[in-house]
Amino acid sequence: MGCSLVSHTISVLVSNEVGVLSRIVDLFSGRGYNIESLTVAPALDCIYSRVTIVTQADEDVIEQICKQLNRLIPVIKVANLSIGDAIEYEIGLLKVMVSDENRAEFMNIVAQASAVIMDVNEKVYTVKIDGDEKKVQTFAELVRPFGIKEFVRSGKVAITKSGQFSTFKKVREEFVKVD
Amino acid sequence: MNKQMYSGAEILLKSLLKEGVEEIFGYPGGVVLPLYDALYMQNDIKHYLVRHEQAALHAAEGYARVSGKAGVAIVTSGPGACNTITGLANAYYDGTPLVLITGQVNSKLIGGDAFQEADIVGITRSCCKHNYLVKDVRDLARVVKEAFYIATTGKKGPVVIDIPVDVFNARYVFNYPKNVELLGYNPNYKGHPLQIQRALQTLFNAKRPVIISGGGVVASNSSKELTELATKLHIPVVHTLMGTGTYPDSLETSLGMMGMHGNYCANLTVSNADVIFAIGTRFSDRITGCLKTFARDAQVIHIDIDPCSISKNVKASIPIVGDIKNVLNTMLFELSKSHHKVNIELKDKWFKDIYEWKKKIAIPQKISGRLSAITVLEKIYEYTKKDEPIVATEVGQHQMWTAQNFKFNKPRKFVTSGGLGTMGFGFPAAMGAAVAKKDSYILNIAGDGSIQMNIQELMTCVDYKFKVINCIINNGYLGMVRQWQEKIYNKHYSQTKISSPDFVKLAESYGALGIRVEKEEDIIPSLKKAIEFKGPCLIDFVCENFEMVYPWVLAGEPIDRVLLSRKEC
Repeated sequence: MGCSLVSHTISVLVSNEVGVLSRIVDLFSGRGYNIESLTVAPALDCIYSRVTIVTQADEDVIEQICKQLNRLIPVIKVANLSIGDAIEYEIGLLKVMVSDENRAEFMNIVAQASAVIMDVNEKVYTVKIDGDEKKVQTFAELVRPFGIKEFVRSGKVAITKSGQFSTFKKVREEFVKVD
Repeated sequence: MNKQMYSGAEILLKSLLKEGVEEIFGYPGGVVLPLYDALYMQNDIKHYLVRHEQAALHAAEGYARVSGKAGVAIVTSGPGACNTITGLANAYYDGTPLVLITGQVNSKLIGGDAFQEADIVGITRSCCKHNYLVKDVRDLARVVKEAFYIATTGKKGPVVIDIPVDVFNARYVFNYPKNVELLGYNPNYKGHPLQIQRALQTLFNAKRPVIISGGGVVASNSSKELTELATKLHIPVVHTLMGTGTYPDSLETSLGMMGMHGNYCANLTVSNADVIFAIGTRFSDRITGCLKTFARDAQVIHIDIDPCSISKNVKASIPIVGDIKNVLNTMLFELSKSHHKVNIELKDKWFKDIYEWKKKIAIPQKISGRLSAITVLEKIYEYTKKDEPIVATEVGQHQMWTAQNFKFNKPRKFVTSGGLGTMGFGFPAAMGAAVAKKDSYILNIAGDGSIQMNIQELMTCVDYKFKVINCIINNGYLGMVRQWQEKIYNKHYSQTKISSPDFVKLAESYGALGIRVEKEEDIIPSLKKAIEFKGPCLIDFVCENFEMVYPWVLAGEPIDRVLLSRKEC
């Protein structure tokens, strides 16, 4: 363990019932897996929820995490999106201190990064930046010298690219169900 | 539509009857009063009153292990439910099907810190297979149906149903569902046919194969299939602690238990194998020892119903997820179709080595003049083997000596706490076994430490005249811990010397039979007396203090580094 830690995005479809999130979080803490980010929201059909978990682990541990998640009764599907190509997305909201002297410079950065100004008062600009994790992080670094008062991130959501579907890919033969 | 209405308590009991439940263990309390009232009003389900909720769970587990059916227990909210945690964890580890009903405070009071309130769904989450809080009586029958289905399928395990008192009182029609609909739960039963083919091919070509038979073989009732396949393929079989009895010890190709206190021969065979066929085992650290060196040169074929067990500790080169009975039957069928002739000569050298290893056994220890625990257990085994009694054990030295010295030719005869290693498990589990098997006595091999952990159940046994014969290997120490202290902690016997009450008087005060045995010639007469007695017994075998369990592989060492006596380092 520990030699090849890679970030994985695991998408989990669950029954939308009381306590299901606790079961998932307990599983991670109880078995010593770590969670980097976690987002939860109802799926298209609101009897289900979609949980997107970003975690760092080597291949063997990731395999265990997916199997263990699958073992939870309310878990319907588990997909490790990092295996295929997926579109990953997150939102950052920042409150940045801006003065008359550096306003032009700030607006320039905002424009280049295609960030959106959501709210303004005399000293503080509230900005939205979206994109992959790296883009959000880079933008935050760029505006850090201005003075960031608050920084809120959504955590990652992800979806497979068009044409692929995030059904639980039963790649390994052992999982193939035979009828 | 004028259907009859029932209370939640009645619906629960009717649901249990639908699941074929006839005997349950439990302990009443405030919020389960409506349920106990409903129990009082009927005669279909027999309730056994224990003296501690932990014992109710262990008893239900003993019952389940012997009968193969799900065990059921009822306890009240708060402290009653909290007392079941050890029992749940034990059953979860060893894959025993249980359904635990816990009472809960009124659903309108939940979260308000009511009297005897505890968040049982939260507390039990990590020590059961699944749990429910039933907030609406309309869900009750469905939840019971699902609970039994989950408990008894896949890798079996305990399921908790937490029921608030107002749900017991609420009224609704009784309509027991025929099927369960659980989208997220579909245990795989059939192994993948290609994998099964590959496994067979690999076994055909193996020069030094071995089968490791684990608790899964018991759970899936596959001893017969395992024995047939091993015989046809001419492969020796070792078993784990939980796999005891899955392959008849009377057969020459049975090499006995492997692992930390396994046979020299079993450990050497596994270490030198070229193909390991693991069936229903988790590869726990107690059987693998040092993982890095475990079966380095072997190809591992692994059947398990639980995908998580596969490649968790030991990488499987041919994983087969499926029900063991199903997979083994497919293998037997394929074998009968194939033209392959099992080449016995191919394995000549292998069996020669194995029979050579078989000769190496633990070297008898010098005893001070007191009884040797090993002698006691040999005598108990010799005297009782004609009856093939169910043998329960607690946890510690006596457990390992029993596993080493008793021979089992059938599964479900040896009831022990494997994964969790719960002291205090054996006695209540033996009680549960007595309920499942009423026509014979039950042996519980105990230590002087373990027996004191659930000694209160003597009263339960006396009440119901359970014929549980507790054989206490009394060596005045928490022997297994003391053994480690002797070897690894410079004989610093820190808190391991333990005193005991006068077990004879204790037994008598409960109304049980108590016998003390200090001499070898008294062993058999004491057993005779105990077997004739119509109720529970405590036999206090006063044994040598410093006897050790050998063979012994120190924790973290490769399993072929087997110590056979004190002299080896």
